Amino acid sequence: MKFLTRFGLYLLFLSACFRKPDKWRMFWKAFFNEIYKMGNDSFPIVGIISIFIGAVTVIQFGSQLQGSLVPMTILGRIVRDANILEFSPTIVALVMAGKIGSNIASEIGTMKVSEQIDALEIMGVNAASYVALPKILASLFAIPALVICSMFLSNIGGAISCFFSEMVTVDTYIQGLRMDFNGFFVTHALTKAFVSSFLISTISAYNGYRTEGGALEVGAASTKAVVQSCLAIIFFDYILTQLMLY
Amino acid sequence: MIVLKNITKSFDGRPVLKEVSANFEKGKCSFVIGASGGGKSVLMKSMVGLITPDSGVIDFDGRDFLRLEYSEKKELRQEIGMLFQGGALFDSLSVEDNVAFPLQMFTEKSKSEIQERVNFCLNRVKLDKVNKLFPSNISGGMKKRVGIARAIAMNPKYLFCDEPNSGLDPLTSRVIDELIVEITEEYNITTIINSHDIKSVFDMGDHIVFIYQGQQLWEGNKAALGNSGVAELEAFIAASKF
Repeated sequence: MKFLTRFGLYLLFLSACFRKPDKWRMFWKAFFNEIYKMGNDSFPIVGIISIFIGAVTVIQFGSQLQGSLVPMTILGRIVRDANILEFSPTIVALVMAGKIGSNIASEIGTMKVSEQIDALEIMGVNAASYVALPKILASLFAIPALVICSMFLSNIGGAISCFFSEMVTVDTYIQGLRMDFNGFFVTHALTKAFVSSFLISTISAYNGYRTEGGALEVGAASTKAVVQSCLAIIFFDYILTQLMLY
Repeated sequence: MIVLKNITKSFDGRPVLKEVSANFEKGKCSFVIGASGGGKSVLMKSMVGLITPDSGVIDFDGRDFLRLEYSEKKELRQEIGMLFQGGALFDSLSVEDNVAFPLQMFTEKSKSEIQERVNFCLNRVKLDKVNKLFPSNISGGMKKRVGIARAIAMNPKYLFCDEPNSGLDPLTSRVIDELIVEITEEYNITTIINSHDIKSVFDMGDHIVFIYQGQQLWEGNKAALGNSGVAELEAFIAASKF
């Protein structure tokens, strides 16, 4: 019952968010500012994580393939598909839930407890839309863009791993990367990225907007936003994989 | 003029406001006084639309706020200025951007016109050379003054002040009080102040409403405040040594 009440409040919050902005000029300014903040500030961490994921994936699959009769060119293909289908969209989404999600929840939560949201509402501004909509829409652009970068960098990471190990040559790995490429896998990954972006930004904004109390509650809202976002991401990861790949 | 008729509000079955009625006149500083937890803040939040009362009428010059359409409420809200206890300035915006915010949001003024109005409002509250500073870089008294400047930026008809003196030293409190009185008279605003600062009430209270445990026990002016004959109000005044 409590879950249904909260889900209802979440839907009401979304309906308040997705309304025409009071002033388009201010909306666009906030939107591009958020895209820059989310994309630019998150790129280094996404880049580092992706390179290491690619590198580790090569070592793990490579060690299992060694000594078998399977040609080593398959390694590049396995790493590519694993990164595109699962590692890049899901791990980047989980990292973003921690980074962007907690940031959105704490920023909006602080505005709530310091009466800044009340000030907006008294002025006649649709506060939910003003504070949350630019963040939600910006995340729909920034996170999929980061996922695309991650796909590319994780494959590079695999190549770096091949260069430093004697498991397989870089040429063989690249040959595998170019083997039997299925473009639908990218569509699948980007679908997951869009859904994850929406979940992260809306769940975090909702938790921030519902904050009441003080600094302690802002911290709690931020933690709740990350936990709920992570659970929602892995749940929808399973559902989408089942629907699109099976 | 703002007229309240039988405002009632309960939270989880616990009554917080019990049929509160009052009239707040134009060009006057009206005070809502009472002990903490007595219902003052709920009454003010009801008047500005942050809380919806269970029953009653909140009338802004003939417009029943609780029965207005969304767009009409939005229009009315642009006539309201509010000074919050903690200032409620937007952390991410500079002082001048805070004051400019309602002008950018609701008017089609050019950049230079907005800048002119911002400078006028900041000068009016006796603030200069702080335009580019952020709220975290200015004092509590300055935050209150920026809050007043933001509240008057749109030439409001109604000004609400929630505990304008809380956390301020006596001298700064006096400056804020004087500013509120000057602005109320100068622009003929209906000003309502939530306070338990009895000194300010005696200094500026053209009209006073005393709320005790959600009930309105007394209404009058500062001249009659000392001889109200209401035991709870007399105890409240006696407890405020000044």
